[in-house]
Amino acid sequence: MPAPRVGLFATCLTDTFYPSTARAVVRLLERLGCDVDFPMDQTCCGQMHYNTGYREEARSLAAKYAKVFDGYDAIVAPSGSCGGMVREIHPELHGTSDAFARTYELSEFIVDVLGVTDVGAYFPHRVTYHPTCHSLRMLGVGDKPLALLRAVRGLDLAELPAADTCCGFGGTFAVKNADTSTAMLGDKMRNVLNTGAEVLCAGDNSCLMHIGGGLSRLRTGVRTVHLAEILASTEEEPWAATP
Amino acid sequence: MGSNPVTWLGSPVFPKAAKAALADTQLRRNLRKATHTIRDKRTRVVSELPDWEELRRAGEAIKDDVLSNLDTYLERIEAAVTARGGVVHWARDAREANEIVLRLAREAGTDEVVKVKSMATAEIGLNEALEAGGIRAIETDLAELIVQLGHDRPSHILVPAIHRNRSEIKEIFQREMAEKPVSDEPRELAEAARRHLRRKFLSAKVAVSGANFGVADTGSIVVVESEGNGRMCLTLPEVLITVMGIEKLVPTWQDLEVFLQLLPRSSTAERMNPYTSVWTGVTPGDGPQQFHLVLLDNGRTDALADRVGRQALRCIRCSACLNVCPVYERTGGQAYGSVYPGPIGAILSPQLVNDMHDKQAASLPYASSLCGACYEVCPVRINIPEVLVHLRAEAVEAKGRTPESVGMAALGWLFADARRYENAQKVGSLARHLAPSGRISSLPWPGSKWTSTRDVPTPPAESFRTWWRRNRG
Repeated sequence: MPAPRVGLFATCLTDTFYPSTARAVVRLLERLGCDVDFPMDQTCCGQMHYNTGYREEARSLAAKYAKVFDGYDAIVAPSGSCGGMVREIHPELHGTSDAFARTYELSEFIVDVLGVTDVGAYFPHRVTYHPTCHSLRMLGVGDKPLALLRAVRGLDLAELPAADTCCGFGGTFAVKNADTSTAMLGDKMRNVLNTGAEVLCAGDNSCLMHIGGGLSRLRTGVRTVHLAEILASTEEEPWAATP
Repeated sequence: MGSNPVTWLGSPVFPKAAKAALADTQLRRNLRKATHTIRDKRTRVVSELPDWEELRRAGEAIKDDVLSNLDTYLERIEAAVTARGGVVHWARDAREANEIVLRLAREAGTDEVVKVKSMATAEIGLNEALEAGGIRAIETDLAELIVQLGHDRPSHILVPAIHRNRSEIKEIFQREMAEKPVSDEPRELAEAARRHLRRKFLSAKVAVSGANFGVADTGSIVVVESEGNGRMCLTLPEVLITVMGIEKLVPTWQDLEVFLQLLPRSSTAERMNPYTSVWTGVTPGDGPQQFHLVLLDNGRTDALADRVGRQALRCIRCSACLNVCPVYERTGGQAYGSVYPGPIGAILSPQLVNDMHDKQAASLPYASSLCGACYEVCPVRINIPEVLVHLRAEAVEAKGRTPESVGMAALGWLFADARRYENAQKVGSLARHLAPSGRISSLPWPGSKWTSTRDVPTPPAESFRTWWRRNRG
């Protein structure tokens, strides 16, 4: 069977602020036998525009996405939020396209398409996992990220209380309703700290930027690490914090 | 403006009202405890039904049929009610509805009416209108009574006094009741309310109710409740006036089967509500001998004209969305500035107001992080996030050119071209020189709204796409 030709949709946030996550996706998917490409014309899924009420900007970004990612066997995004935007909202904006239907969030792609749960990862830390709202409710990824994490050697998985409650990011919600957002973040951080985990893991850098921003401000010492970076980490080449 | 009848006069925009609520630690404790208790219980009782998803779809389908054929069903219920000896009145807005009720109460020669808990009458401010006309309205639902005696506003659809704990309730009762409760034991408080209300039930000549459902075929009106106080109002007085939103119809008696399963489990997390009262017109010698049905529009046909927004009219007022909403849990209901709080309020109130130039109404669709928990629990599958985003687009349009719209357009321009975007990344990455610690703790406005409580990661020296170009390109 030829290696599936996978288009990496890095998402604008990861591309700009968390390049180590996108590099981890490349490393992980290549290790799992995929032929990974990063089409350079990609930019943003338009979710922030769409969710804030700027439909026209979102519409042209959906059109751009359909063009850029046309022809790949699968398109993988390290984000349930942007993945959900593409698969569930882009068709409404631009009409159906193979590029939309073939877009997967990372854990979905690994478990459902590649049929793997043990990706040969090694990550000797106590980790707690936050299932982000859009991966949970829009894409319905369910327990797939947890199944992947449970198979990681050395990883001590701590259950996060009230895990499925929103962290309070919500895109522009975090600035339009900054006080409410912070109250939601406060409860999320308290739950994270109660687990005793060293690392908070999620499949969305947007939520991690929000929760991590709070954890950093309070000097809690808890790190936020994207699921892709944990899964890419091996004994030979362990995860290292990037500057 | 604030002159619309749906939102409370003088209510601030949501972020401002929320800020005040968030500072009230007692309120937050009360809300947290109450919402978590009821939400956990809801999950348990819903999981008992293997066909819950089918029931939701059935509820959605029935309501959509009603909304698509509302004219037919309304004429049908009018005919059925009239045939059974009732009188039907049509009210375009709050003012008309209030005038009808006031006139009917006056005609009955009373200066006091007892009330069954009703969202429709709260929406139109009936109590205040009656008061202005010299007629006292007595709320008989325990939670509504607490709100009324506390000179307070409701904060939840089902549990209007959810923001109060029992010691606060004891204080209100001690201040307002003739026979005062001696402790804050729930039994003692309930007994005090019972003594207080019994006299009212026995003397009242006129009762005013809302309706959970109106059956178009038979003209039957249905009210479900937990305490039985509603049933007292529906049986003892001589005159019964029901104010019903025109969307509350179901086509046939059989359709109730679906909703009498969906509603109690979604709202009080009970398998069956304790009291289900049904009345059809007038029955000689039994119950009220005069029955008036006021069919209330008040913005509903405007909402119906909106293809995306109209699904809000499926709402059966169960309040499951409030109980799971992380925003509602922190801010409470009064921050929404209307009798309809929480996620459903955030989509229903702006539609009933139907004026996106009203700043308070326009702030409501943004009172959500779009986490989707409300849609997941809604028994009639209202896609609340979809309507929120739809109404945000209307708000943006109404506002015209703002710093935000300029910023969004600029970002759109940047994202339209990958090279342009990459150059901007390179410029942005220079910011890391300003924050050698690897985190930025203070940004200029509007970023300051983020950094008031959260750090921002410094942009890395090299974006992913630049790395890819260097290594793989």
